[in-house]
Amino acid sequence: MSEFFSPGPVRDALTSSVIALTVLLLAVIAIIKVRKDEPLAAGFAEVYRRRRFSIAVLVLYCFVALLDSIAWVGGGSVSEGDLVSAHEARSVIDRVFSRPRERGYSAPLADKEFYEGSPLAARHVLGTNVLGEDVLYLTLKGARVALLIGAVTSLITIPLALFFGVLAGYFGGRLDDIIFFIMSTLASMPGVLLLVALVMALGQGTLSVCIALGVTSWVGFARLTRGETMKLRQVDYVLAARSLGVRPARIILRHIIPNLLHLIVITFVLLFSGLVLSEATLSWLGIGVGGSWGQMIAQAKDELSRDPLIWWNVVPAGVALFALLLCLNLVGDALRDVLDPRTRRLRA
Amino acid sequence: MSVLVVQDLTTSLPTDEGPVPIVRDVSFELAAGRCLAIVGESGSGKSMTALSILGLVPRPLAITSGQILLEGKDLVPLSGAAQRRVRGREIAMIFQEPMTSLNPVIRVGEQVIEALLLHEKVSKKAAYGRALELFERVGIPDPAARLEAYPHQLSGGLKQRAMIAMALIMRPKVLLADEPTTALDVTIQAQILRLLRELMGEFGTALLLITHDLGVVNQIADEVAVFYAGRIVERAPRDQFFSAPAHPYSVGLLDALPARAQKGARLREIPGHVPSPTNVPAGCAFAPRCPKRGEACDVVPRLEPLCDGSRRVACFYPEEPV
Repeated sequence: MSEFFSPGPVRDALTSSVIALTVLLLAVIAIIKVRKDEPLAAGFAEVYRRRRFSIAVLVLYCFVALLDSIAWVGGGSVSEGDLVSAHEARSVIDRVFSRPRERGYSAPLADKEFYEGSPLAARHVLGTNVLGEDVLYLTLKGARVALLIGAVTSLITIPLALFFGVLAGYFGGRLDDIIFFIMSTLASMPGVLLLVALVMALGQGTLSVCIALGVTSWVGFARLTRGETMKLRQVDYVLAARSLGVRPARIILRHIIPNLLHLIVITFVLLFSGLVLSEATLSWLGIGVGGSWGQMIAQAKDELSRDPLIWWNVVPAGVALFALLLCLNLVGDALRDVLDPRTRRLRA
Repeated sequence: MSVLVVQDLTTSLPTDEGPVPIVRDVSFELAAGRCLAIVGESGSGKSMTALSILGLVPRPLAITSGQILLEGKDLVPLSGAAQRRVRGREIAMIFQEPMTSLNPVIRVGEQVIEALLLHEKVSKKAAYGRALELFERVGIPDPAARLEAYPHQLSGGLKQRAMIAMALIMRPKVLLADEPTTALDVTIQAQILRLLRELMGEFGTALLLITHDLGVVNQIADEVAVFYAGRIVERAPRDQFFSAPAHPYSVGLLDALPARAQKGARLREIPGHVPSPTNVPAGCAFAPRCPKRGEACDVVPRLEPLCDGSRRVACFYPEEPV
């Protein structure tokens, strides 16, 4: 037993689980915080009322990703002779949905090969791909990758955009000129080419894809924050704070950024879907993140030309991606309607 | 002894055709515990004068000449940090719109003590104590609960009282008030004005009141300065201003008041419009609208004492005091 034990898988399992549980904890704290803040809570309640189904779907995605993040080493049933996986960090999804490999394609619910005569639930519900891997399992694994890309990249993009946008909008003058020049330069480069170049430069991997996506996607939101900050700068309460001698850094942190919160929430949701889609584009070009739906689609594209048609490789990934983006956009639109003061006034 | 002396203040907008002055050679003094009302139409440079005193003129406007002396110390050449030390502690300001002058996402109490925490070494608890006292003083019922409230939970009158508390918490020597009662109901207006007057007496604060409401001026001001196209055209003690205005523009303003018109008669208005800052006539800016204009009006009149010494007027043909 001990010769098979290495700290690597244990550490992987621990990091992944801890990160997942931290995110869960933060989400709970955020919900409690929002419930205390009456106008914001009312806004979210309204969004929930309008988009119950979309939100349920998104929660399902998050749940799958969470199950895929909680991992531990050892235990559970591993197919006979598979000694390696017994000592790997395996998540809940791995334990429940992984199936032994077939030798090649297997149609959905086929009862040939290893699972001859087995009960329906144990078969390959969505068939297998060219390598004999279970498609349902791969599709479920993709949820975590998609959410990870969206979340990590948003965590890069939004602070970056806020930083430059608020700085340019608040201080103006020469600083604004410089930042606006950088933004215009970035915006004038062809997006996909820049992305590919950045991924090439940073090397492949989840983090470098996220950084590349982050660096190329902050300009739009930065422009928005810049304009909004310019407007807020002349609002009476900011003038009042300035007339009391409050320092610029404090004004920005207390009076400007909290009043951009609705923009941040809306942008986060809409940006998220854009980022997941961009990753799919990168995967199509062969430089995406391993295990993403984009990669599944890219690998499955050749199967579409076979006869009989092998559709079950591309459809699950496509549907999973489509449903996630659709729900995100629907929720994002509802959020914008509810939280954006301009449309709020129109409805009232 | 004047706490605030403004001398030949000019604030301009830089353009390709050279600077366009918004505030032109404005001079006045303000003594402790007194109230000077600045009256004029929109765009006459009233608010810019106040923002210039605070050093907060919006870019790209800038003070191009003149002095602003606070107890003999010139504020114009001070650095940003030195100006911030003056703001809030020595000079504070109340804004027109109570609805937008409190940050909607921060509790009222937090905002009121902001200046105190900034300028003085006090604990948050002590600061809250002082805010509570002040809230009681400015007549906010149930002050402890109001400190914990968010701005949207307060009425307009309460918000304006909170703003006054916020501005006065450091007991500044000069309080600038930009139309503090315009957005309020008339009944609340009178209460707020009475409160301001009381607090001035208590704290020895001088008040620079910006308004276009002559009723407000009559209730609270000691002295009146009339602005037209960026210049002061008349400065007079309140009673003289109302009983015998000297500048033709002041006469026009007062004649437009319903209270002074004959019953049933049409109100008299001043013909024409205020010139835009880029297009101010050479000579006296009011001349094109003036019923009394003469040849002398091609030259800019200086603000000079009238023969009886009661006031200063910038006009070659002033109304003679009765």
